[in-house]
Amino acid sequence: MKNKTTVRLTLEDGTVYTGKSFGAAIPTAGEVVFNTAMTGYPESLTDPSYRGQILCLTYPLVGNYGAPGKEEADDILKYFESSSIHISGLIVSDYSFDYSHWNATESLDDWLLKNKIPGVYGIDTRALTKRIREKGAMLGKLEPAGSSIDFFDPNKVNLVAEVATRHKKVYGTGSNKIVLIDCGVKYNIIRNLLRRDTTIIRVPWDYDYQSEEFDGLFLSNGPGDPKMCQATINNVKKSLNGNKPVFGICLGNQLMALASGADTYKLKYGHRSHNQPVLQVGTDKAYITSQNHGFAVDNITLGRDWEPYFININDNTNEGMIHKRKPFFSTQFHPEASGGPTDTDFLFDIFIENIVRYKESK
Amino acid sequence: MKDEIRKVLILGSGALKIGEAGEFDYSGSQALKALKEEGIETVLINPNIATVQTTENIADKIYFLPVNPYFVEKVIEKEHPDGVLLSFGGQTALNCGTELFKAGVFEKHNIKVLGTPVKAIMETEDRELFVNKLNEINIQTPRSIAVRGVPESIEAAEKLGFPVIIRAAYTLGGQGSGFAYDSEELRILAAKAFSYTNQILVEESLKGWKEVEYEVVRDRFDNCITVCNMENFDPLGIHTGESIVVAPSQTLTNSEYHKLRELSIRIIRHIGIVGECNVQYALDPTSEDYRVIEVNARLSRSSALASKATGYPLAFVAAKLGLGYGLHELKNSVTRTTTACFEPALDYIVCKIPRWDLNKFEGVSHLIGSSMKSVGEVMAIGRTFEEAIQKGLRMIGQGMHGFTGNRDLKFKDIEKELSEPTDMRIFSIAEALEKNISIDRIYELTKIDKWFLYKLRNIVDIKNKLCEFDSIEKIPHEFLLHAKVNGFSDFQIARHVLRSDASSINREMLRIRAFRKAIGIIPFVKQIDTLAAEYPAVTNYLYLTYSGIEHDIAYQSDNKSVIVLGSGAYRIGSSVEFDWCSVNAINTIRQEGFRAVMINYNPETVSTDYDICDRLYFDELSFERVMDIIDLEQPKGVIVSMGGQIPNNLAMRLHKENVKVLGTSPISIDRAENRHKFSFMLDTMKVDQPLWKELSDIQDIYKFVDRIGFPVLVRPSYVLSGAAMNVVSNKSELSHFLELAAQVSKQYPVVVSEFIENAKEIEIDAVAKNGEMIAYAISEHVEFAGVHSGDATMVFPAQKIYFETSRRIKRISRQIAKELNISGPFNIQFLAKDNDIKVIECNLRASRSMPFVSKVLKSNLIELATKVMLGIPADMPDKSVFELDYVGVKAPQFSFSRLAMADPVLGVDMSSTGEVGCIGEGFYEAILKAMFSVGYRVPKKSILLSTGPARSKVELLNSAKALREKGHKLYATRGTQQFLESAGVEAHVAYWPDENKSPNTLELIKSREVDLVVNIPKDLSATELNNDYTIRRSAVDFNIPLITNARLASAFILAFCRMSIDDLEIKSWDEYR
Repeated sequence: MKNKTTVRLTLEDGTVYTGKSFGAAIPTAGEVVFNTAMTGYPESLTDPSYRGQILCLTYPLVGNYGAPGKEEADDILKYFESSSIHISGLIVSDYSFDYSHWNATESLDDWLLKNKIPGVYGIDTRALTKRIREKGAMLGKLEPAGSSIDFFDPNKVNLVAEVATRHKKVYGTGSNKIVLIDCGVKYNIIRNLLRRDTTIIRVPWDYDYQSEEFDGLFLSNGPGDPKMCQATINNVKKSLNGNKPVFGICLGNQLMALASGADTYKLKYGHRSHNQPVLQVGTDKAYITSQNHGFAVDNITLGRDWEPYFININDNTNEGMIHKRKPFFSTQFHPEASGGPTDTDFLFDIFIENIVRYKESK
Repeated sequence: MKDEIRKVLILGSGALKIGEAGEFDYSGSQALKALKEEGIETVLINPNIATVQTTENIADKIYFLPVNPYFVEKVIEKEHPDGVLLSFGGQTALNCGTELFKAGVFEKHNIKVLGTPVKAIMETEDRELFVNKLNEINIQTPRSIAVRGVPESIEAAEKLGFPVIIRAAYTLGGQGSGFAYDSEELRILAAKAFSYTNQILVEESLKGWKEVEYEVVRDRFDNCITVCNMENFDPLGIHTGESIVVAPSQTLTNSEYHKLRELSIRIIRHIGIVGECNVQYALDPTSEDYRVIEVNARLSRSSALASKATGYPLAFVAAKLGLGYGLHELKNSVTRTTTACFEPALDYIVCKIPRWDLNKFEGVSHLIGSSMKSVGEVMAIGRTFEEAIQKGLRMIGQGMHGFTGNRDLKFKDIEKELSEPTDMRIFSIAEALEKNISIDRIYELTKIDKWFLYKLRNIVDIKNKLCEFDSIEKIPHEFLLHAKVNGFSDFQIARHVLRSDASSINREMLRIRAFRKAIGIIPFVKQIDTLAAEYPAVTNYLYLTYSGIEHDIAYQSDNKSVIVLGSGAYRIGSSVEFDWCSVNAINTIRQEGFRAVMINYNPETVSTDYDICDRLYFDELSFERVMDIIDLEQPKGVIVSMGGQIPNNLAMRLHKENVKVLGTSPISIDRAENRHKFSFMLDTMKVDQPLWKELSDIQDIYKFVDRIGFPVLVRPSYVLSGAAMNVVSNKSELSHFLELAAQVSKQYPVVVSEFIENAKEIEIDAVAKNGEMIAYAISEHVEFAGVHSGDATMVFPAQKIYFETSRRIKRISRQIAKELNISGPFNIQFLAKDNDIKVIECNLRASRSMPFVSKVLKSNLIELATKVMLGIPADMPDKSVFELDYVGVKAPQFSFSRLAMADPVLGVDMSSTGEVGCIGEGFYEAILKAMFSVGYRVPKKSILLSTGPARSKVELLNSAKALREKGHKLYATRGTQQFLESAGVEAHVAYWPDENKSPNTLELIKSREVDLVVNIPKDLSATELNNDYTIRRSAVDFNIPLITNARLASAFILAFCRMSIDDLEIKSWDEYR
């Protein structure tokens, strides 16, 4: 057993758990959320949607396959979902100090340390998860022995502004031109679009893209409360008056809702897992999806022109919306997966088909 | 569609055999439950009478008949079902269903095959069709060539390059498969494989690749989920049934996990399965390259494991999907609020470990490889890999205490052990780590992913640190907890820290227990809820772990819990029959208003289905863990008499800790278990027993044998190799056995007993209440004593014993029940010669034959026994066995074909892996049904007789005459032929295998000129490889029915000579009144 610093995890309700430090032995504060996925920690840790959050992994054995290398393809890192780690801290039960994988170049411990992100292991993550399930997502902090920090509520700041690109950037040379509003886009969305003959114009979250030449609009995922992105909502509103195809994912679904006049709310403890079942409304088609969101679209506030596209079979929450006539749709789940199941990547095909049809009709 | 189906036929899997065991009792029971819930009438065909599925109220009609096309069609003609389920009875049901489909039987009788269409099944079973099918969707399979002959297979291998693996189509658990490194090896393997099948596949070797499996479900709306993935600890090349397996996968990245998942879904869609299938992959350890190895279009051992590993009831859901439901229309039966259309998220790791019983067999190869030899398995649950595997290694039940702390393990050549794995594989890794062989070197030799090896090294590191302390008080509390988190038992800690020896260890582990409890180091109870705590669940499916700070459930301490200790891993000598007993005890406990609490860890059982009981602890049956659970439950009492020997052995230790053991007092159990005490008791009661003595000196053994005379039964307490018991007939055999097989010393004494030849063996299964026997069943063995009772063919009610014998048996049983003040089930075995009765064994617990006699008698002895133990009024059943107008025969199932080189001969140690029980109007009808159920056929051509000693030659004379009268041609080895000729029975000489003359016995077998072989060993201790062995082994290898016991051969032959298959009544269980 390595002699590691003791770490206190304190929740805002006063509950205290103690574990041992790995990664950076520094204090951190944020919102404590849990994810029930059994693989994919490199993907989760670099997912910008986790900005400001201390992530508890319910799967107890973590670090088994280390962390992959920094190879690039198409101008983006090949094995990660963004250029850096976005979580504020990591909570696990059993950290694996030894790792084994052909694709690994360092341990999770070292990777966290390099990124100055603290981790704690030896926590009863099931007890913690039950606590969060009962009380709702809570603020929390990690304090290695001898250090302290105040609670911090990430939902009160504009997290999107922290994670979104600051400059316009173009990827690919395909025939379908897409404006991608980056609120904290996952790289796998870019990869999925590039695979489908596209040129992507990735723009900052508050960028007024109306002057760009493009055939379709993509609203990315991203962290926090969608209502923080008023600038984006205003821009999207304009697009919804037009006919160019729009596709939104996760935060993009919520922004589409807000832009269309519907409302969003905060879920008690969110959906963060690889096993969320959704049903395409009006059909018997069910899909297993990857999800990571704390806010949701309120189905009953959807406007006359809209209907729910998918719903969650477990709790009937909104999982997507679709315009009754125009080529606009969005999903609360992540068709790009990474991590998680790839069942719904056909939605990218539908988006591209919409674009092709739009171009033909022009 | 759901409404059209009113009556459904389900095919079971028959007797337990290697590759097809208790998991199909579980899947069949689940399917029957699903159908019952829909109000559908069910008809079950399964001759395995010890199963839970063949219990009243589970299926509407039960036929104890062979699962083969002839009998199934007969049942169809009688019952007129509208639907049939083929995927719940293993390969047996699937093969039978495929044949019936091909013969147009389902079409003729207008029966719908529910779930996966037969065409899809056939496409997964025929390698060529399978590969073509996957090629259509660009899914890679190993490069391979299907061939129909030995020369073609060599050509194919040369094309692919050696080494190659060969696989046979339509076989169980890899039967007829293997690796070949050159054309000579291939020639031998291929010839053997062609005896099972007419098509084999020669395939590129992917040795060293990771092996990963997915359990995939699809409904008729094309919705698909993967319920679980599993990673084999051992690389490809070791059959998944022979490998340690973990769930979920541990060394796969998200990309690998979901790539294979996506492929699984593409495959299930393309094949068109409705229900469940299993996809096995080989994954390159250095890239994302993969091959699909196999698809099983049915419920399988892996699906049973996946169900238990995740809490997702695959068989239940598959049955509902077969009726036309969509996944999204079904509920998750653990949470009961969320949908069944989801993929379980685990927050623990499970580790499956196979259990082998190779020591039970003479001559068998201990190497493990591409065909299955294990007879059972355990599943351990933990929150660290170290915890799970150490639990699992203890659960296996072969005297191991975990990964460390095991004695008497010696490996001559450790590197060879690592590169050529045997059943001791995991312990050879422990030894290698102890010897500081590097992880890199172990990886080179084993190709086991280094992640697993690092974890194992971690266990050894902790052990080394523990060894640095010499008192429990000196260990830092944090480190003690760390050891517990990593799966160390109190026993291991006592051994490592206190260096306890055998005499003190039980006392010292109690001291460790008290110490750690005092400082708050205790295990916590966690639920298996399928969603990693995301949603509240009402689940009662539990395990214990030291990685925790709180329990998931609140305890009431209301004195209503009754704990039933289960039977552990299936093994030779203890299998589904004890599961049936446990489940029936649980049912009775619940009916009587108590909280039924089950502890067991065998994923192949019904007793570990969380639906069965009020609380299921899927955990160890060790003293330590049982005490942990008792501390939590504060039960009304514990039942130790249902799960066979494992709980029975705990009785006294629990009693000493003031645990209330329900029923017969542990002190009485000890009096029956302890040879000296029991013998003394019988002497005092003037009940006869064979003479015996415990001796620790070779000279004393010879002296004792001089007094009692040969043959004698020798039972060493320490065995060097081979079987633990043996009958020896002369001095040279005795000295041979004592020198080679056993160690004799003060520490390891040997028990020598008188062996009585030509004696009948009779058993009584009974229930007593406060010392008074209130129900009993007397059965007899067809074979004379000397064949283990588990291998014997049993007849109930006993047909051929004197009234006086039966009276004496009852009287002795009553005396013993009184003397031991029995309250609960018990079983006594007797020898009877003339009217002399001797007691040979007495167990104060449920026996192997309890389900058989209970079902034939239609009086549930276990229910009665449980009521007695609960202290509830239980009256004597009014039925008398003598009123039965029918006969039950229980016959053993052997799995010798799986155990390369094992001598298929019966002896005093048990070697069968399963059994069937069938009912007939008379003995001949019952025995024919039973023998057909375990794979015997009526010979159509000729019979090879080699009838051994004079006594059995005489025994078989009438049978030989009957065969001739029926027009069968007889071949006989020289002595037998001469004997038959002199008695006027025509027989042709067949020369011994080592004679260079024709017709040769071996040729007759290989060419299938004979289709029944009767080979009676010359003496009871045949240990050498000789001509007889070659004949027996070849019969097994070429799949020709073999009988090695004269009494049984005579019974079977006379039965089929007197009755034809058409004479056998097709009657369901309830029609026998």
